[in-house]
Amino acid sequence: MTKRKEVLLEIKDLEIQGYSDETWVDIIKGVDLTLHRGEVLGLIGESGAGKSTIGAAAMGYARDGTRISNGSIEFDGMELTTASESEKRALRGHRIAYVAQSAAASFNPSHKLIDQYSEAPLQYRLKKRIEAQEDAMELYEKLRLPNPQEIGFRYPHQVSGGQLQRAMTAMAMSCKPDLIIFDEPTTALDVTTQIEVLAAIRDIVDEYNTAAIYITHDLAVVAQMADTIKVLLKGEEVEEATTKEMLDNPKEDYTKSLWAVRSFKRDQKERPKNATPLISVQGVDASYTGGAKVLDNVSFDVYEGMTVAVVGESGSGKSTTARVITGLLPPSKGEVLFKGEPFPPDYRNRTKDQLRQCQMIYQMADTALNPKVKIREIIGRPAQFYSGLSGAALKNRVDELLDLIELEPSQYYNRYPSELSGGQKQRIGIARALAAEPTFIVCDEVTSALDQLVAEGILRLLDRLQKELNLAYMFITHDLATVRSIADEVVVMQHGKVVEQGPKTEMFTPPHHPYTDLLLSSVPEMDPEWLTTLLEERGVDNVGDAATAQIDPNDPKIAG
Amino acid sequence: MGDILGLIGKRLGLGVFILFVISIIIFFMVELLPGDIAQAVLGQGATEENLAALRKQMGLDQPALVRYGEWLAGAVTLDFGSSIVTGERVTTVIGERFMNTLFLAAYAAVIAVPVAIILGVIVALLRNSIFDRVANVVTLSFISSPEFFLGYILILFFAVKWQMFPAISSLSEGMSLGELLIRTFLPALTLVLVVMAHMMRMTRAAIINLLASPYIEMAKLKGAPPWKVIVKHALPNAWAPIINVVALNLAYLITGVVLVEVVFVYPGIGQALVDAVSKRDFPIVQACCLIFAATFILLNLAADVGAILTNPRLRHPK
Repeated sequence: MTKRKEVLLEIKDLEIQGYSDETWVDIIKGVDLTLHRGEVLGLIGESGAGKSTIGAAAMGYARDGTRISNGSIEFDGMELTTASESEKRALRGHRIAYVAQSAAASFNPSHKLIDQYSEAPLQYRLKKRIEAQEDAMELYEKLRLPNPQEIGFRYPHQVSGGQLQRAMTAMAMSCKPDLIIFDEPTTALDVTTQIEVLAAIRDIVDEYNTAAIYITHDLAVVAQMADTIKVLLKGEEVEEATTKEMLDNPKEDYTKSLWAVRSFKRDQKERPKNATPLISVQGVDASYTGGAKVLDNVSFDVYEGMTVAVVGESGSGKSTTARVITGLLPPSKGEVLFKGEPFPPDYRNRTKDQLRQCQMIYQMADTALNPKVKIREIIGRPAQFYSGLSGAALKNRVDELLDLIELEPSQYYNRYPSELSGGQKQRIGIARALAAEPTFIVCDEVTSALDQLVAEGILRLLDRLQKELNLAYMFITHDLATVRSIADEVVVMQHGKVVEQGPKTEMFTPPHHPYTDLLLSSVPEMDPEWLTTLLEERGVDNVGDAATAQIDPNDPKIAG
Repeated sequence: MGDILGLIGKRLGLGVFILFVISIIIFFMVELLPGDIAQAVLGQGATEENLAALRKQMGLDQPALVRYGEWLAGAVTLDFGSSIVTGERVTTVIGERFMNTLFLAAYAAVIAVPVAIILGVIVALLRNSIFDRVANVVTLSFISSPEFFLGYILILFFAVKWQMFPAISSLSEGMSLGELLIRTFLPALTLVLVVMAHMMRMTRAAIINLLASPYIEMAKLKGAPPWKVIVKHALPNAWAPIINVVALNLAYLITGVVLVEVVFVYPGIGQALVDAVSKRDFPIVQACCLIFAATFILLNLAADVGAILTNPRLRHPK
């Protein structure tokens, strides 16, 4: 892999402002960036660091409500900050292409994939429709999409998320651009699917010697993809170095703190002897109205004061299990026991005391909190409903709950959810669950929408609350790093079945169930050689979906 | 496609049921009206014997439920009985007038729907420009002025001052289509102006609503020019709300045109309804109400089917 050292993109002293609260505020505060032909630059930082904004600016594009206020962006000798709209438009899709975070949302639902692929080549009169379609099929094949001749003629909703993300990479390649901006292309994907996409992107970027800006918040991912890494914090550059240098020897404290994030670990608890489980799921089958079975004979126990992590890819039935336990979805077979007593399958038939035992914390704190209701009411309402508090007693209880989640009561009492940060909102979600004084809380992907540092804070809080209040958690996640840090026991689910369960230490030591093995080995590691080694081990045609499909359900190892 | 046919069948069944409920409401509402029909027909001077004879002849001496049953049985075969004023069959009285109303509605719709949608796309493209604001204010003023007022203004200019179109839409047998279109131009134009604003603004709103979607940003970042972003990427996903508003306005073109018909002396069903109400000609009132209800139900069904056909998720299931 030889790379010509010719400068393709040079950004100098870039400043971008965003419009909020009726004034312009700086969101990018003077960032420099140099990218050579064929080079891959990783941009990392937490949300709000301005990664995506810089990515869009590299195309001369300012999102609605932002403006490029200062600095220069020079692409292959052309100054983009002063170029006319039509000059810039002529570059987009042609010489600079963009791959968005959510392919499912970024493909137009009304057009076939191949028509969206052909749009740019036809627009720039580079190809005839037939030629563009042949190109597309060739690229689909290179990206190892199934049925490359046929898949392009499907609509986006007929194709899975990982396949869509690869189809989008193909679309970005349609005019063989000089530069591609990848904006968190794998963040929304499961680990096993992520590998497919990463491998596909890397191959194609290598093959056409395309330069790329790879935006992500996941260090392990960027380590696989980038030649150099630039770390951003609140619109300013922290440091830039080659990938190896950056991983081995970060200079700035902020970078070191990012690297150290996954340090939180707590001791694993053992099941109490001869105790009745707090929650016992027994042989549960469930399906949504008229649909196929989503859960198939699911059984596991959760003991008082312990954390059971439920892991698996999206669609494996994790959240459905939670809906069965909370009574939102009565099972078609089997039952849920609470302290050995059967729990009525429908929440409407549960008593107030049964309802209070089981609370939920949601993934999207943003949408799980009513934006029109003040914090004191969000937390106060369950306290009032379950404990019948009112007046001064209620206020005291709300203050106490805010104290518990480490937010200063007087400051947050009268605020609305929109005035809080993502992590603070999630804390409010936790306080709302605690207000009912439960013994069992379902945490549904509670940290996956948060930055790593914030997520770590939430995990520490949940751990402290568990010790203080003797809570049991069912922790739904697809992130195995989170499992490592917080779980006592692990339940692995696939296609609505429990494929393996047991204490955490056992789960993380071989031999595993083949599916657990696949999940574990798919989690990116900080080693820049990780992806290469893994692909060599598995063989390029045996990643992601293909690998999942190869697991034989009758494998003798499954018996364990 | 089988699913869609099934769905249409289900909705049609539901529509028939709603029509049945409406027929009950219409029949018994008319029953509740004060006054004696026989008395109204024969006038104050009628003797008791004459009144009784007429009631017997009209079946008014039967209990209401029996009469409803007979009326419904007739309505199912499109036989709504006879006018109690003229004795003519209801179908002959309103049949031709209903066709006239349909003609006028179709005339107005053929102009209004494409123009409104195209204008809506243009104002979405040029949003917040002078053109957008002018189009908004103009169409809004048309929708906010009463129809008869609009009609008279149009007559003043097009018929009286410039003498381009006739002020009265008198129809006669054997007119050529061109002649017919000219004679009915002013009422059609009045209707066009009344229904345009609603459809145009919904098209604009539905498109602008989608402009924040990631796939619109993607289209821009693929270098698509603004008109293409709107027409090719936003519009195909905006059809559902637009179709619903179009259907509502089409229904209005059929059921809400009384005033326009009066202004232009157009022999449509609205006039027939007003005449019948003032003369207590109940069979005609009932038939008109049932026709209006059926119109609404059918057009809403069409809108639902249209919304499904424009949604790729429903058209191409996994």
